[in-house]
Amino acid sequence: MSPKIDVAFKLNGVDVRTTVSPGMSALEMLRDELHLTGTKYGCGEGECGACTINVDGLSANACLMFAADCHGREIVTIEGLVSDPRTEALKKSFVAYGAVQCGFCTPGFVMQARNLLEKVRSPTPEQIRRGIEGNLCRCTGYKKIVEAISEAAAASS
Amino acid sequence: MDAMEKPKYDGSLIGKRIPKMDAPEKASGKTRYIHDIDLPGQLHAKILRSSEVHARIVAIDTGAARALPGVHAVITAADVPWQRPIGVAKDHLPLKGDRVRSPRDEIAAVAAESEDIAAAAVKLIKVEYEPLPIVATAEDSLKPGAALLHGEDLIVTGPDGKREVVHKASHDNVAMTFNYGQGDIPNGEAESVVVVEDVFRLHYVTHCCMGVSGVIAEFDASENLLLYSNTQVPFLHKREFAELLGMDPGRIRIIQPPIGGGFGSKLDIYPFEPIAIYLAKITHRPVKLIFSREEEFMASPTRQPVLLKMRSGCRSDGRLTFRDVETVHDNGAYTSWGATTPFVMMQTISSLYRVPNCNYRTRAIYTNNPYAGSFRGYGNLQATFAVEAHMDKLAEAIGMDPLEFRLINAQDPGEVTPQGMHFKSCGFKDCLQTAASRSDYQAKFSAARGKWNDGNPVKRGVGMASMLHVGGGAKIYPSDGCGTIIKMDDFAHITLITGASEIGQGSETVLAQLACEELGLPLSAVTVVNNDTDVKPWDVGVHASRTTFIAGNSALGAARKAKAKILAAAASKFGRPAERLDLREGCVIDKATGEKLIEIGKLIRSLHFSDKAELVMTTFYYEPPSHKQDKEFRGDVSAAYAWATQVVEIEVDTETGIVKLLKVIGAHDVGRVLNRLGIEGQIEGGVVMGQGYALTEDLIVENGVIRNPNFRDYKLVTAPEIPEIDVSFIETMDGEGPQGAKGVGEAPAICVAAAVANAIYNATGVRITALPFTPENVYRALHSNSQPPTWIAAA
Repeated sequence: MSPKIDVAFKLNGVDVRTTVSPGMSALEMLRDELHLTGTKYGCGEGECGACTINVDGLSANACLMFAADCHGREIVTIEGLVSDPRTEALKKSFVAYGAVQCGFCTPGFVMQARNLLEKVRSPTPEQIRRGIEGNLCRCTGYKKIVEAISEAAAASS
Repeated sequence: MDAMEKPKYDGSLIGKRIPKMDAPEKASGKTRYIHDIDLPGQLHAKILRSSEVHARIVAIDTGAARALPGVHAVITAADVPWQRPIGVAKDHLPLKGDRVRSPRDEIAAVAAESEDIAAAAVKLIKVEYEPLPIVATAEDSLKPGAALLHGEDLIVTGPDGKREVVHKASHDNVAMTFNYGQGDIPNGEAESVVVVEDVFRLHYVTHCCMGVSGVIAEFDASENLLLYSNTQVPFLHKREFAELLGMDPGRIRIIQPPIGGGFGSKLDIYPFEPIAIYLAKITHRPVKLIFSREEEFMASPTRQPVLLKMRSGCRSDGRLTFRDVETVHDNGAYTSWGATTPFVMMQTISSLYRVPNCNYRTRAIYTNNPYAGSFRGYGNLQATFAVEAHMDKLAEAIGMDPLEFRLINAQDPGEVTPQGMHFKSCGFKDCLQTAASRSDYQAKFSAARGKWNDGNPVKRGVGMASMLHVGGGAKIYPSDGCGTIIKMDDFAHITLITGASEIGQGSETVLAQLACEELGLPLSAVTVVNNDTDVKPWDVGVHASRTTFIAGNSALGAARKAKAKILAAAASKFGRPAERLDLREGCVIDKATGEKLIEIGKLIRSLHFSDKAELVMTTFYYEPPSHKQDKEFRGDVSAAYAWATQVVEIEVDTETGIVKLLKVIGAHDVGRVLNRLGIEGQIEGGVVMGQGYALTEDLIVENGVIRNPNFRDYKLVTAPEIPEIDVSFIETMDGEGPQGAKGVGEAPAICVAAAVANAIYNATGVRITALPFTPENVYRALHSNSQPPTWIAAA
């Protein structure tokens, strides 16, 4: 039997407890144990950003973080932002500006864009492009994603 | 009623910026892709792939794996003696029993309680190999004495114990050949004042869908198969799976959850799919199999490397005289759709420009490399790269402006090419002129040439390339059609059940727009159903840029029938001729007076609740008026053709070899814009995919092994690198297209690399004939530190 670790942390504003194995990533825990599937597996190596979550106020790749390291932290996923005005503005502008095609990368982009807008209220297009350089999209060519983030920034500032 | 939200009507929906209907779900993370679906009782599967590139399998020991707690089944070829071959040439079995030809080759598979247990079990399987010589390139493969990839009969044993040869032994490594000719090459040469010849080398790339491959297979108690699949061609695959499994196709149901990117990668059946089905059959449990990203790089299809030799000539007045092309394609170890990309390449070679004498010979060659599939553009990126390089070279050789040279040779509307393509709508010359004028191409072209020797190490240049691609389907199967069912409910809400498949391109929205436009309804009145073969009518699949055109015409046909039914009912109810009536803003109106006679929902309710109960439910099947090619590859294979010209502006740092794509100015003949937001998205995404092909992406395969199966080393374009993109739409209003529209999905990716090559020449005076234009490759070429590609010596 592999050892198990009890973890307790705040997930989307709610205290949760679960048991994880030492090698499990936060991504696997979120998806397979806690059934929050908005955070996506794209590469498992921190290269694509599809699993972007927020950990203690910072953007993180859930695939690069051990589940056990979530203990005592505050984790926010796309599912936890249904009433967050900034995220709502982002989702709305992603839809209106055509920033969504297959959509697989989209939750990760929304999470990363929210993090960017928390730090920089009115980013320039160049700052936006830099801010999302860790997220890959194969469908849109990024242009409409950049426009959507620009628009959301304008709408929520 | 008043408490309910009233639908909003914005007049015509055609050409507007309509947000994708499924985007709110996707943006909020609520969309359930195949990876997000778990069925009760489900097992997880993992595949053991070969550790050798080319070898005989001497022994497989699965004992330890079978003994691992939590393992439900371990299978090898020996456990499924009835397995049948897959792929376009039916040249490989899902599980390899006696021989592996590539590191992707599937030797065994495990179904277990969890992914971790399945992965642990796979590691416990021991395979003994006897290595065989590795055939690393198409060139090596053609050398006398090269090891034969398929030099033995492929034999399967049926359920009745009967042995059957399913793929005959081949005496060479040639997987497929195509030969096409028009006119007479020597005559063309004789008329030429200038002849140019080059060898081009195009590299390996792969799709990199953000959602990795996966499947869930389940049999019910009556042995009916349910597959959750990302396939782009569900109806073709129903039939193929039925053949593979010896089942009645009617007992196979395919559900397509939202697909995390396709780009052609999901047009074939790959081994993991039958393997999951075998495991589900053996374990009597649902079996889910999801790739890792590394597996996705190793075991999903590729755009194949092509070596292309081209000779072209023209007269002093600029008219093309001939084009003679020979290509060798690295087919990889097995034959998938990649082998048939010459169908598309020959269209560009023979018919993008008028060229009276043309010859095209091609061979797809087996090697121990990753096998080639279909990928957005389907050979057209490779063909266009060569053709457009020669357009610039010929123009330069006769001292003509490259735009003028292209205009002299460009196709016109009405043209029937020697290959039999009929260009009923053709905005090619408009594309050329629009892209040139919006980019100030001619002035920039001349200015850049004047600075070759100005001492500045950072050079700028412009390059132009154009493309021709099918835009009205492609009749490569007996039918290229699509069915639609429209069901209207009592509140005039319509369920649009389309055969078409959605892979992110926005088909559901465009189809809903077309139906709503016809029925005078808002988009909020539509639900699109497009993902279940037990529900939706037949369609050939999402490929060949066909969905807007084919499924669009089908949706329009069904909507027109529904409209006729509603108008007939209204005509009898109000005693006015149906021709006087129309549907607008949710109501039946009198066209002459604009008077709103009745809400459509109310009228339908009155039909339902009368003694002559009647439903408004219609079906329509659209088959385009195109033709399969004959044995000489002649025929009008598409009902319409798409055109585009792209001009790129680049910067080349001659001291580092870094090429920056600054701007792409595209003009696309799309027939008509149906959804401006959607079509811009297709073009921008395609341009950036083309940018990756030109500048950053390179699947490095050495001796059959992929050296960079991850996003760190396989470099996709990221947001900071994207160019400024300026797109103009040339609306030629195709007579057959739905509301005049033509297909666009593949077009934008096709020209970029060709245009960048021309721009690098314009900036530096150095013609590079091999892709990709990575800093190292460009630096070496600029500093004469590399050899241009050469043709195969032994062939």
